[in-house]
Amino acid sequence: MTAAIELERIDKSFGSVHAVRDVSLAIEKGAITGIIGENGAGKSTLMSILYGLYHADAGTIRVDGQPVRMESPHDAIAHGIGMVHQHFMLIDSFTVLENVVLGAEGGPLLAKGTAAARSELERLSRDYGLTVDPDAVVAELSVGEQQRVEILKVLFRGARILILDEPSAVLTPQETDRLFRILATLKARGVTVVLITHKLREIMAATDRVYVMRQGRMVAVRATPETSPEELAELMVGRKVRLQLDKAPPHPGEVRLRAEHLGLIDRRGVRLLDDVSLELRAGEIVGIAGVSGNGQTELLQVLSGIRPPSRGTLTVCGRTIDAGHPGDPAEMRDLGVAHVPEDRQRQGMVAAFRASETAILGYHEQPQFSRTFLLNLPAVGAYCAKLMERFDVRPRVPGLRSSSFSGGNQQKLVLAREMAQQPKVLLVGQPTRGVDIGAIEFIHRELVKSRDAGCAVLVVSVELDEILSLADRILVMFAGKIVGEVTSGRADERTIGLMMAGARAPALGGAEGA
Amino acid sequence: MEDPLALVFLTAAATLRVATPLILCAMGGLFSERSGIIDVGLEGKMLMAAFFSAAIAAVTHSAWWGVAAGIVAAEAMALLHGLACITYRGNQVVSGVALNILASGLTIVWGNAWFHRGGQTPALEGQGERLLPLFFPRAGDSILVYLALLAVPITWWVIARTRFGLRLRAVGEMPLAVDTAGISVAWLRYRAVLLCGLLAGLAGSYIAIAQNAGFTRDMTAGQGFIALAAVIFGKWRPFPAFGACLMFGLLDAIAIRLQGVRVAGLEVPVQLIQALPYLLTVFLLAGFIGRAVAPRAIGQPYEKEH
Amino acid sequence: MIRRPLPAWAEIVLLPLVNIALAFVTVGIIVRIIGVDPLHALVLLVVGAFGSAESIGYTLYYATNFIFTGLAVAVAFHGGLFNIGGEGQAYIGGLGCGLAVLALDRYLPIWLMIPVGIAAAALFGAAWAAVPAWLQAWRGSHIVITTIMFNFVAAALMVYLMVNVLIAPGSMTPQSRNFEPSAFMPAMGGNALNLSLALALVCCVAVWVFLWHTPWGYALRTMGHNPEAAVYAGTDLRRMIMLGMCLSGALAGLVGVNELMGVHHRIVLDFPAGYGFAGIAVSLMGRNHPLGIVLAAVLFGALQQGGAELSFDIPNITREMVVVIQGLVILFSGALVHLPRPWLQALFALRRSS
Repeated sequence: MTAAIELERIDKSFGSVHAVRDVSLAIEKGAITGIIGENGAGKSTLMSILYGLYHADAGTIRVDGQPVRMESPHDAIAHGIGMVHQHFMLIDSFTVLENVVLGAEGGPLLAKGTAAARSELERLSRDYGLTVDPDAVVAELSVGEQQRVEILKVLFRGARILILDEPSAVLTPQETDRLFRILATLKARGVTVVLITHKLREIMAATDRVYVMRQGRMVAVRATPETSPEELAELMVGRKVRLQLDKAPPHPGEVRLRAEHLGLIDRRGVRLLDDVSLELRAGEIVGIAGVSGNGQTELLQVLSGIRPPSRGTLTVCGRTIDAGHPGDPAEMRDLGVAHVPEDRQRQGMVAAFRASETAILGYHEQPQFSRTFLLNLPAVGAYCAKLMERFDVRPRVPGLRSSSFSGGNQQKLVLAREMAQQPKVLLVGQPTRGVDIGAIEFIHRELVKSRDAGCAVLVVSVELDEILSLADRILVMFAGKIVGEVTSGRADERTIGLMMAGARAPALGGAEGA
Repeated sequence: MEDPLALVFLTAAATLRVATPLILCAMGGLFSERSGIIDVGLEGKMLMAAFFSAAIAAVTHSAWWGVAAGIVAAEAMALLHGLACITYRGNQVVSGVALNILASGLTIVWGNAWFHRGGQTPALEGQGERLLPLFFPRAGDSILVYLALLAVPITWWVIARTRFGLRLRAVGEMPLAVDTAGISVAWLRYRAVLLCGLLAGLAGSYIAIAQNAGFTRDMTAGQGFIALAAVIFGKWRPFPAFGACLMFGLLDAIAIRLQGVRVAGLEVPVQLIQALPYLLTVFLLAGFIGRAVAPRAIGQPYEKEH
Repeated sequence: MIRRPLPAWAEIVLLPLVNIALAFVTVGIIVRIIGVDPLHALVLLVVGAFGSAESIGYTLYYATNFIFTGLAVAVAFHGGLFNIGGEGQAYIGGLGCGLAVLALDRYLPIWLMIPVGIAAAALFGAAWAAVPAWLQAWRGSHIVITTIMFNFVAAALMVYLMVNVLIAPGSMTPQSRNFEPSAFMPAMGGNALNLSLALALVCCVAVWVFLWHTPWGYALRTMGHNPEAAVYAGTDLRRMIMLGMCLSGALAGLVGVNELMGVHHRIVLDFPAGYGFAGIAVSLMGRNHPLGIVLAAVLFGALQQGGAELSFDIPNITREMVVVIQGLVILFSGALVHLPRPWLQALFALRRSS
């Protein structure tokens, strides 16, 4: 094998986080190499080092056998490396053409360079099947089209090595399939491709060779045809996955939350939620499965009172909420709806606050924490200590800044706060995102315990495995709609996967939607 | 009663005279703000430039050395702003406020130590110490007036038609995209900030040695903020910002003529007309007259982990 | 070399001190350039500020204004709001105070007139801050720009009112009639220092309690650190913006009490004299904490007073030296706050390795 790129003993820390530990790998020329690992395994950091965005603390990078220094993306581009980032590096207000030429304008004046770029763009579009209108404004393109612009940008710069960071995270399955066809074309024309993902299916479908990362280390390399999804999953996680969760059959009780024909339309007129109806009963866990960005975030926002629905009604513990009678998060809490937000860093906590202050976020006006006009700080501290004890949050220091805790411990603190109120309804978004294995088991058990105590639990997760092991009933969301429902016993990954992709599953019915 | 034609001419000339520093300063502010660096320090840059151009013109008896000194002074301020906002990723508004306060103090402290006239510079009366009108003595059309008029199309052309302009617009919207395209965010923004210093320097020099004959304390009197208001009012685009400068200039020019004039039985307070640029900008920002959308990355220091 | 984050104590104590030191070293250099021995100037300044009971009185009188405006900036800042409109709010606060006094000083006894004057100052200051707050909360306009613009509008309004409406009959200068003694803030000592200082200290305690010991302060700080989390917590951001800015404006407005009821005993033009802007320096230097603000305010008061004395002794130095220092403090402990960090990090790394 001839290596296009070799990384040797790369090491990188951010403060106290050791993100990449002594990693070596070789990327074969003209092939598609996959790098797989869980969120936070260090894949993106490694590739950002290769692309010159971060500087490695130690290690060597070789391109075509020659050691090189990657001081900035400028160097990477000069060595023929291009990167398509998970979050697109596109200027929304620019046209496709302006975005493509940015940084490769071909002279101090734009007119000449862009004319040349236009014909080059046409050639590339033809050759690789990357159709996109050069004069369209990026903000008006679909996500799939924007990604094509990103790939065109890279090819326009004459890159021979293309790195894609979680390219399917924002795509529908159809768009993902189309992307893989494009990658196959690129490979056929001699482009070296590196695909970073945490999805096994994509590795198996698209790559020739796969590296597996776990907790900053490179733990294995396999030729794709010689491995199996099961083996890769085990390597990624470090032990047998699909941990079987011991849970009794559910005993659903009365309806605690009922959504009828909920719709949410944003300022630009995009339908974020479309005719969503669901019921949540006491004593059951309902899971919402779906590809990220299909309305799950907005559903949680509406159910928790952060955004009022544009259409339809929401009935929670006797209170009816609709466009004319909006609720708010404080009122929902009073009704007994607790909410563990999808993004704990951005919503669920205040990084600069002490843990004890984060522990009362949303509940700070409760009488137990504030008497007359003053906060009862000793009570707040004691309360936080109790939560930490009960949910095993470490270190057990209520006075420590919230940001000093690890992701898993932050999540446990947020979960503890929401569960401690003995809510009637518990809404949980991405319960274990960025959380280590030990904490995942703990969190899952707590959610089941809460269900058994009679709480109505709604779990939104993009990890299908998590939904399958937790939920008693599974609703699948696609394009802002609920496209199907499966009960836990009859759940099978393939059927749900099809529904997540927007394909209708006739046997399962589901009248709504197009 | 004056000849109406002459009145129109004189009002137009007065408008342009008042608008000249606004235009120069606004074009400077536009470069800075389009690159994502807020500049509330235009006032300070202008004031510093006004002081040094007057002082050096008085000492060297040369208006040109004065202009050069004004530019250097404003550039020094611009560099400080760049250092704070770009290199050390400080708060851009705080930096601008600091520079304004610094300028209003330093000009007087230095002026007093230098000339012992309570912060004023000696009056520029000698041959060649001031920039004089080129064609119309009564209109005050010094070379900087023409330069200001020229600065507008040039600014437009640079921003819309050149590589630098494309990158400038990009870095104000999304610096990370510029960085990943292999372009240095810092160097790009420094160039924008330095261009801003150059233009603000010319504006300050104009005030001290063309419009007036020497430096007096706080002589810029809020014009930097009016220029900033014009940038916002022009929605961060050169020609609309130019229009706003002319409008604000006209308001100022007629304010003096309107003194004592009654409209529908009520006297129009001069102060109301003076406050109009600020009030109009507030109305605009509040969305009562159109909408002004700032460059998306404005005010945010560009940070990446290393 | 790997740069590690600084230890907490260095971040909280050492870094700010280094920043202030840099500002004063720069001041020293400027003084040197003017041709004055910085140490000599420093001695004169300290003596001028603290050398006698009278000078201490003046120092504290100036410090009172700095406390008000420093607190004003800090309260807004904890809510993530940058209020640069302290100058205008102080001005309009003074107007409110003055109007209340002019209307009532002939009827009310001193023990009633003074609280009414204080309330009017706070109310008018709050109202002047409420407009930019409302515009940000409901119309999305940027509070920094709006408050800047409102400073100028306040100045224009005051000139108009003083020249055309409030001017005392027969007066040549634009100032109102003198207040009756019932509206005189009781003096503390023989000179400008008055009971407003006590009011300022009460405000410090009140702000401290509000920010860290009440649910509203908690909600305000949540908004300042993480607006999304505040929404999640059920906080009405619009109401919080209004609350934070109105409190801020009210505090700035109290400058009017110290100046008009305390010293001038009539409404005059330009009495805020930069205190509103200096509040930014005070708040930054005091790290947005009431205790730090008191210390910073005393320092700035001393500079103001000592600087005035200094300018008598050394003609080359004018009172505006204080303005220069304010500017440098804002520059170094605000905008260039990160400047010395790499140096300190290197220093700590050196100490570890040896």
